[in-house]
Amino acid sequence: MTKPLDTAGAWLLALVWILPFAFAVWTAVHPSAYTAHFDPLAPLTAANFVAAWHAAPFARYLLNTCILVTMILAAQLLICTLAAYAFARFAFAGRSVMFALVLVQLMIMPDVLLVENYRTMSGLGLLDTIGAIGLPYMASAFGIFLLRQTFKTIPRELDEAARVEGAGPLTVLRRVYVPLARPVYIAFALVSVSYHWNNFLWPLIVTNSVEARPLTVGLQVFSSTDQGIDWSIITAATLMTTLPLLLAFLLFQRQFVQSFMRAGIR
Amino acid sequence: MSRWKTTVNGWLLLLPAAVLLAVFTHYPTIATFWASLHTTPKGDFAAKYVGLENYGDMLADPVFWQALRNNLWYALGTIPLSIVIALAMALWVNQRLAGRSFLRLAFFTPTILPMIAVANIWLFFYTPGYGLLDQILGLFGVPAHNWLGTRETALPCLIAVAVWKEAGFFMIFYLAALQQISPSLGEAAAIEGAGRWYFFRRVTFPLLMPTTLFVLVNAVINAFRLVDHVVVMTRGGPDNASTLLLYYIFEVGFRYWDSAYAATLTIVLLAILGGSALFQFLTLERRVHYQ
Repeated sequence: MTKPLDTAGAWLLALVWILPFAFAVWTAVHPSAYTAHFDPLAPLTAANFVAAWHAAPFARYLLNTCILVTMILAAQLLICTLAAYAFARFAFAGRSVMFALVLVQLMIMPDVLLVENYRTMSGLGLLDTIGAIGLPYMASAFGIFLLRQTFKTIPRELDEAARVEGAGPLTVLRRVYVPLARPVYIAFALVSVSYHWNNFLWPLIVTNSVEARPLTVGLQVFSSTDQGIDWSIITAATLMTTLPLLLAFLLFQRQFVQSFMRAGIR
Repeated sequence: MSRWKTTVNGWLLLLPAAVLLAVFTHYPTIATFWASLHTTPKGDFAAKYVGLENYGDMLADPVFWQALRNNLWYALGTIPLSIVIALAMALWVNQRLAGRSFLRLAFFTPTILPMIAVANIWLFFYTPGYGLLDQILGLFGVPAHNWLGTRETALPCLIAVAVWKEAGFFMIFYLAALQQISPSLGEAAAIEGAGRWYFFRRVTFPLLMPTTLFVLVNAVINAFRLVDHVVVMTRGGPDNASTLLLYYIFEVGFRYWDSAYAATLTIVLLAILGGSALFQFLTLERRVHYQ
């Protein structure tokens, strides 16, 4: 009865929601003469993307972002797995105090401690390196927490059975815990990759050369320096920098949504 | 013997994480507090202990109050609005409407985009005269307006961007919660003759309370943590009308290189984040379950 009303409302909101994005896409795929001029017969072009790609070292920025994201994820997976295993299955002295100290990072994220972390990086001689962007995020409290919760749900019998067969703690971790936590690893990986692909303020602060800048910072440097504000090229560059992630999202929509959900409801 | 071994193993497994957290979370937190009690070291002059002087300066700094006020308005503007929109989105997507998967995609896509790209897209959207907003308003005879360059509209423009980016993210949590609600409740209510609004107010909304609390805390944290769009769109201007707290810290720390004052401001931000975490802890402890 109220269904047509709901449908209309939902579609109206959806259209409003995609409007800014659609406007950017329109501008990026048409010659600049059509930027603010909507003609359904306007000729399509890829020239803006080509121009943007050559106007700044985007290939290098893309490489930097890929290195950054891979490096952070690899380190996080290793470090968080080990720590989560310790918290889930080792009743060591000081465990609850240490766990509380880990959880502090959920509240005080590295995004906020800009000044002191900059000083530390400067002291370590790491300013303007990809490593400096990644280091503060490698021990992720969120990852540790998520994996600890998962490991705790794994029956101890499996653990003990493996130990009876003579497996050491690390073998048990690799053979029993990690394979059983696979969906959680995938969820965490998707969230981590999209977070660090998109991260901006900290990379902006610690980098100042083409060799270290990730895509987000590169995009900002590109669009804020005098381009004569050619919006067709800026929007093309903007879409270009998000394209890999956007494509991955469109292909694996369900996994993305489920991962964000799983990662959020902790 | 075995207990001793467990402790050693546990600590060894924890070691890499503990070292990194100590260096990049615990130490800088303490160092920030320490720096806030000292002067900024300049050249040959080492930092000097000044007690609470920086805090006194902060209380007398009109830009600090402006940033704090802006941030509170920003939070008040983004949080309720994005929660209400997220809830509406979830209720709609949860029904069997025509084009449901398109709707979900349209709502969720902004979440995936980097804030920096979102800001660029919206910067273009707001461009005076040229951007889509002015073009649409132009159809109704509204004259072109410098949206981001006017004191009154700069902050609301940033709020719109944040709502646009966040609502789809919060939607998925509501969607997950809605799918947990048993359909028999709806059927029972229909038999009793309860109206839709009544059912939502008395059944659905209370059942969604834990989700709302979760979303609320996340929204508060995001309102104070994410300023990428300020950097791209307004740089805090015009005349500090859109400066948020973290953006001000960024300016003080890395434009004016006044690290002691930046540390003082950071302590305020940490207190706000700490407060919201405490709130989460207290409310999640006693969160209400009706099922």
